[in-house]
Amino acid sequence: MAKKVFEAADASNLVTELRRSFDAGVTCGYEWRVTQLKKLLVICDNHEPEIVSALHDDLGKPELESSVYEVALLRNSIKLALKQLKNWMAPDKAKTSLTTFPASAEIVSEPLGVVLVISAWNYPFLLSIDPVIGAISAGNAVVLKPSELAPASSSLLAKLLEQYLDTSAVRVVEGAVTETTLLLEQKWDKIFYTGSSRIGRIIMMAAAKHLTPVVLELGGKSPVVIDPDTNLKATVKRIISGKWGCNNGQACISPDYILTTKEYAPKVIDALKHELEGFYGKNPMESKDMSRIVNSNHFDRLSKLLEEKEVSERIVYGGQKNRESLKIAPTILLDVPLDSQIMNEEIFGPLLPILTLNNLEECFDVIRSRPKPLAAYLFTQNQKLKERFAMTVSAGGIVVNDIAVHLALPTLPFGGVGESGMGSYHGKFSFDAFSHKKAVLYKSFFGDSAIRYPPYSRGKLRLLKALVNSNIVEFFKVLLGLS
Amino acid sequence: MEAMKEMVEQELGELRQTFASGRTRSMKWRKRQLSAIIEMVKEKEDEICKALFQDLGKHPTEAYRDELVKGKVISEPLGTVLIMSSWNLPISLCLDPLIGAISAGSTVMLKPSELSPNASSFLAKTIPTYLDSKAIKVMEGGPDISTVLLQHKWDKIFFTGSQKVGRIVMSAAAQHLTPVTLELGGKCPTILDDRSISGDIKTAVKRISGGKWGFCSGQVCVAVDYLLIEQRFASSLIDMMKQTIKSFYGENPKDSGCISKIVNKNHFFRLSRFLNDPHIKASIVHGGFTDEEKLIDIEPTILLDPPLDSEIMTEEIFGPIFQLLHQLRDIQESVEFVRSRPKPLALYVFTKDNNLKTRILSETSSGSVTFNDVMIQSICEALPFGGVGESGMGRYHGQYSYECFSHEKAVVEGNLAVELEARYPPWTTYKLSFIRLSFLEDIFGLVLLMLSERLHTTRLQVNYDTNMNRNSVAKSLYTTELRLFSVVVNYSSLNIIVVIQS
Repeated sequence: MAKKVFEAADASNLVTELRRSFDAGVTCGYEWRVTQLKKLLVICDNHEPEIVSALHDDLGKPELESSVYEVALLRNSIKLALKQLKNWMAPDKAKTSLTTFPASAEIVSEPLGVVLVISAWNYPFLLSIDPVIGAISAGNAVVLKPSELAPASSSLLAKLLEQYLDTSAVRVVEGAVTETTLLLEQKWDKIFYTGSSRIGRIIMMAAAKHLTPVVLELGGKSPVVIDPDTNLKATVKRIISGKWGCNNGQACISPDYILTTKEYAPKVIDALKHELEGFYGKNPMESKDMSRIVNSNHFDRLSKLLEEKEVSERIVYGGQKNRESLKIAPTILLDVPLDSQIMNEEIFGPLLPILTLNNLEECFDVIRSRPKPLAAYLFTQNQKLKERFAMTVSAGGIVVNDIAVHLALPTLPFGGVGESGMGSYHGKFSFDAFSHKKAVLYKSFFGDSAIRYPPYSRGKLRLLKALVNSNIVEFFKVLLGLS
Repeated sequence: MEAMKEMVEQELGELRQTFASGRTRSMKWRKRQLSAIIEMVKEKEDEICKALFQDLGKHPTEAYRDELVKGKVISEPLGTVLIMSSWNLPISLCLDPLIGAISAGSTVMLKPSELSPNASSFLAKTIPTYLDSKAIKVMEGGPDISTVLLQHKWDKIFFTGSQKVGRIVMSAAAQHLTPVTLELGGKCPTILDDRSISGDIKTAVKRISGGKWGFCSGQVCVAVDYLLIEQRFASSLIDMMKQTIKSFYGENPKDSGCISKIVNKNHFFRLSRFLNDPHIKASIVHGGFTDEEKLIDIEPTILLDPPLDSEIMTEEIFGPIFQLLHQLRDIQESVEFVRSRPKPLALYVFTKDNNLKTRILSETSSGSVTFNDVMIQSICEALPFGGVGESGMGRYHGQYSYECFSHEKAVVEGNLAVELEARYPPWTTYKLSFIRLSFLEDIFGLVLLMLSERLHTTRLQVNYDTNMNRNSVAKSLYTTELRLFSVVVNYSSLNIIVVIQS
């Protein structure tokens, strides 16, 4: 059956329809939100095999990665929202002060309205549904635009969400640049985008026209600093599972490049080689335990990175490629030139450059000289170094002695800074991302002070000063005419 | 233009260098700057009042009351930030965000509004003498300098002003992926439920009137823009307001010395144009006098039911013209009225009816809601101050100012000594089951799994409930293939059936 072409009128009608549902109060109530979240849980429970299969079609993703990094994480996210929703929805009391006495204040969370979630191709289920969980918990109507670069997942998402969720308030629009552009011309109450910095700019510009706030989950080159005092075997295993074990390096928080000392680098390389063989065998190109490269565009992009002169000769492990099967072997490079392409764009693939330093201290300058990444990693036993790293390296998130685990902790905000993004989500932060925190002040009629009103006088000025400086004594002195 | 670009680049370069040196991160530096601001405001109070009087005709009391100085607390500074402020509260709209930026440890470029030139020049002259001039700079000028500033990359832009310019700022910020806080405006409605208030009506009217004309002559983002009342109340209300205006300003408001003037000719003509429109003119029930020469006003003016589609009802007034809308038969209709319009920065509701309060809170959206008063939500430090939708994005005041200029950085530490083999490839059925069970927090299942692995038993099947509560009976079944030891488990409060399949 031919897909109907999505046109400008469709985009506009879609938003109108969802706004009507929102205005009618469909999405506001606690019951509705809980029902939708429970349906999402049913999708995770009943359709895991189909999800795993779609991810395998789109990305060659191994079953464990799909089950764990997409379905299981989503399940946890939904369960947390179900458990905490009442708390999240309750207003927060705020303190009032002498200047507003007598009054009481609170901060009320309210939905923003009709929101747009644009998701990415590398974790198509996680990155589509996780923000949608936030949008629904916060009481919004939501349109999801999954990535066209993962077509099996996109179409499964469209089918499942339509089947299970309330389509008067939750919809999926499939498509590519044309459809996305049409959607972006509409006025949304929030846009949540996961993807590249380049497109992030386009999204924000489109949002600016309507003064729509945005969350942009972008990426960057996440550095890994390895201190020679670390437990090398454990370090290397974690780096491998965090890099090649997560969608074959095609993840926003993937370890992008390593920084270590000149003396230590050979040990790191040997350890990597040894563990890589343990994980993926002598012929990693045959291993079924890694995702493939998503498509030929990205394959060509990565090949080009490897083929650059002065880069190709720096390969110390791997480098094999097969365009037909869209596979590139885990590849390690040593000391590529700092101005090479591979060191100036987010790799998003199975290539791992190692840069050596004379002194580990130099890592701070290297990291600081580049755009702020989404994550920065450090492996060390040195407490002082850990503290210095955490305090002075600016990144979306910092992880010491592990890779990527911060994204599984719902108590931590997950988001970027600078080029790696703005805004955050996960856990309550997802709820907050899609809420407006409305300040509410309840004042009584008692206690109106004449000093508020014209005609103004010097006397009133003195009173005001005393009040504002919380100088009770002075306040009464002026009132009694003693000052 | 070229010279301007060069100057901006130079200044920005110095700010970045200062930030990179780490000087602004120390608690000592931040405290010193904040104390310096307090000192500056204390010592230069007269000059501030003078500048505000020259720019806006503000009485010193009004100036003091509104341009108050507050500040606070700690996280990771964003870096080098740009603060662009507005002309109506030119000192506080610069200093307030400045305090937030300093508390957060950022370096700052301040761009005060050229429409309040005296305040702007005061800031440009005085700030360098009190504060660290390599970390906090002031740049004066109009749209041309703003354009150049916006072409550069900042780590945050904080803008107070109109929606039109807000869009321009955000578009410029998008080029560099710079996060923004936009404090914009809108038409702030006031709802007066005279029936439920009864005895306190005089106080309500006084507060509303004070809120309209007592703050920079209505040229404030949170000013009361229009008032919704029931039909039958209109004439009493107008009488009360006339009395109140007299008590504030005497017979001749322009001679009272207590009214701020309209900031400049452009705005004066904009407001006069409203009043000269015949439909609007017909609705004037008080005031309407404009004195072009003195630019003192536009005296306090009240309109009764101007046409809803007129410009004055679609644009933010930002002036001393007050619109009374009294077409409501029932005050409850005010909720729909407010909802049908863009989300305002503030919503004021005078009522003692709890039902109306609940409806307002759940059926309308605004930056803030204040019950039974106006404007004071902006001085309640514990409350975030900011808009929603077209009235803005982001918030500040109190701790929120600090957060506004900070990046909340997640920091996690793992333990290299504790190793979980199941994390690592090659993937096997065992590892898959292990991780699945871990995610389900199924300790029991995990133990059985690990036992089986040790004992290399034949394939077994276990049926149990995924949503298993340790103390409840299994409801639905979930099957997983595990290699389990051959034992029949009779866990007291769980129904687990271990089926051996060889």
